[in-house]
Amino acid sequence: MIDRIALLGRFSLEVIRDYGKAGQLLWQVIFRFPQFRKGFPLVLQQIYAEGVLSLIIIIVSSLFIGMVVALQGYHTLAKFGASAELGPLVALSVARELGPVVTALLFAGRAGSAVTAEIGLMKATEQLSSMEMMAVNPIHRVISPRLWGGFISMPLLTMIFNVTAIYGAYLVGVKWLGLDAGVFWSNMQSSVDFHLDVMNGIIKSTVFGFVIAWISVYQGYFAEPTSAGIASATTRTVVYSSLAILGLDFVLTAMMIGGW
Amino acid sequence: MGDNLVEITNLHFQRNGRPIFDGVDLVIPRGKVIAIMGPSGTGKTTLLRLIGGQLRPMAGQVKVADQNIHQLSPSKLYTLRKKMGMLFQSGGLFTHLTVFENVAFPLREHTQLSEAMIRTLVLMKLQMVGLRGARDLMPSELSGGMARRVALARAIALDPALIMYDEPLSGQDPISMGVLIKLIRTVNDLLGLTSIIVSHDVQETLSIADYVYVIADGKLIGKGTASDIKQDQSNHVQQFLQGLPDGPVPFHFPAVSWEQDLMRAPKS
Repeated sequence: MIDRIALLGRFSLEVIRDYGKAGQLLWQVIFRFPQFRKGFPLVLQQIYAEGVLSLIIIIVSSLFIGMVVALQGYHTLAKFGASAELGPLVALSVARELGPVVTALLFAGRAGSAVTAEIGLMKATEQLSSMEMMAVNPIHRVISPRLWGGFISMPLLTMIFNVTAIYGAYLVGVKWLGLDAGVFWSNMQSSVDFHLDVMNGIIKSTVFGFVIAWISVYQGYFAEPTSAGIASATTRTVVYSSLAILGLDFVLTAMMIGGW
Repeated sequence: MGDNLVEITNLHFQRNGRPIFDGVDLVIPRGKVIAIMGPSGTGKTTLLRLIGGQLRPMAGQVKVADQNIHQLSPSKLYTLRKKMGMLFQSGGLFTHLTVFENVAFPLREHTQLSEAMIRTLVLMKLQMVGLRGARDLMPSELSGGMARRVALARAIALDPALIMYDEPLSGQDPISMGVLIKLIRTVNDLLGLTSIIVSHDVQETLSIADYVYVIADGKLIGKGTASDIKQDQSNHVQQFLQGLPDGPVPFHFPAVSWEQDLMRAPKS
């Protein structure tokens, strides 16, 4: 019994220590005097690496998701004679939930894992140590641009996801199933509120972007510098990010709908 | 300014409860090539990291250029590190940058020099290590010896006062080893540096070292010039120098007796 309590205590201490280290890392990234001349090009590079290079997977996925939602929605709505409501159905599903959540899950798998693996490998090959010995702080040079790059990329990718998914739904609903284009767009326009639906979705994606980037850089920076350590850190990034996204989605949705 | 660039006093350091240093005292005089030798796992690399301020001792002090490195603020520590260069065992080159950009990295980070001046300085450093022609190669295209020479060029880019070499010769073919050994001595003498070489390649290191420290079991077991060390009567030092498989550093990892182990029946 005592052993189990000790084990629980040790586990709890390790969890608290991990949160402390993650908090310290974040503190060092955020609360420092910004150096725009050196920092801006590095952040731009990361927006390219994390955002632009994720575009293909985001566009292809969102196109198919929009098409599937339209196909499923049309047949269900048609049973109630409400197929004209396809536009609002797709737009609300995508802007409020699918856009931010699916983009975040894809982003964690594509960019988050890459960031963790890159930082972990830099650590294993002593690149971070040599940077420190050259009097260059790796937190400022390596960690900070990757965190800001992820934070900025996520809402932009979500906007692109939303637009492409709605276009996919348009292709299926209007071009294939024969719904009137005017009905599709006008019903969508009248049902979707810019602040309540679109902006809330973007706020969600900003929060998700921040959390994914934080988890990714933390897991990479504190990864055990071995091949097995980097592999497990990369896996943890994807698993923790996915769980955080889904959990935070519920909390944010409850707050936005007014349940809290 | 004292004669010693580095002074280590009563150094104690532990890792996972295992003592690595147990009261080590040593000094590194200015302008000399100092070798720190000893069997694998005795904490030679750890010692370099303690001198560089990347690790903190449990007790004792490490003074670099008359400053206790572990009591410096982060900004003062980084200022001091600009006067140090370190060549890591793996080279530590940035894999996404070319050879030229790797050497230019510290110059771009710490100086406001023009692009033309940076180019000239980088080419000078690369010329010194014989790799001016490799400036456009990526680190993945370099051999192990070339990578270490590039790392050396990068380490001396800011003209440091102290340069630390972590196992610069391990895994090198005889030609690369000869080139590196010659470079270490030449760079030290030409630029007026102080060099610390951590190595267990006995003959090569002794051939260029002005003074040698031998570490084992957390303590200094020998010190002196290369000829002093060769004549040291300590079993520990002689086992290391002659590469004897058994002696004060045992061949067998600590275990229960061989008979006891054989007689233990496996649980069915």
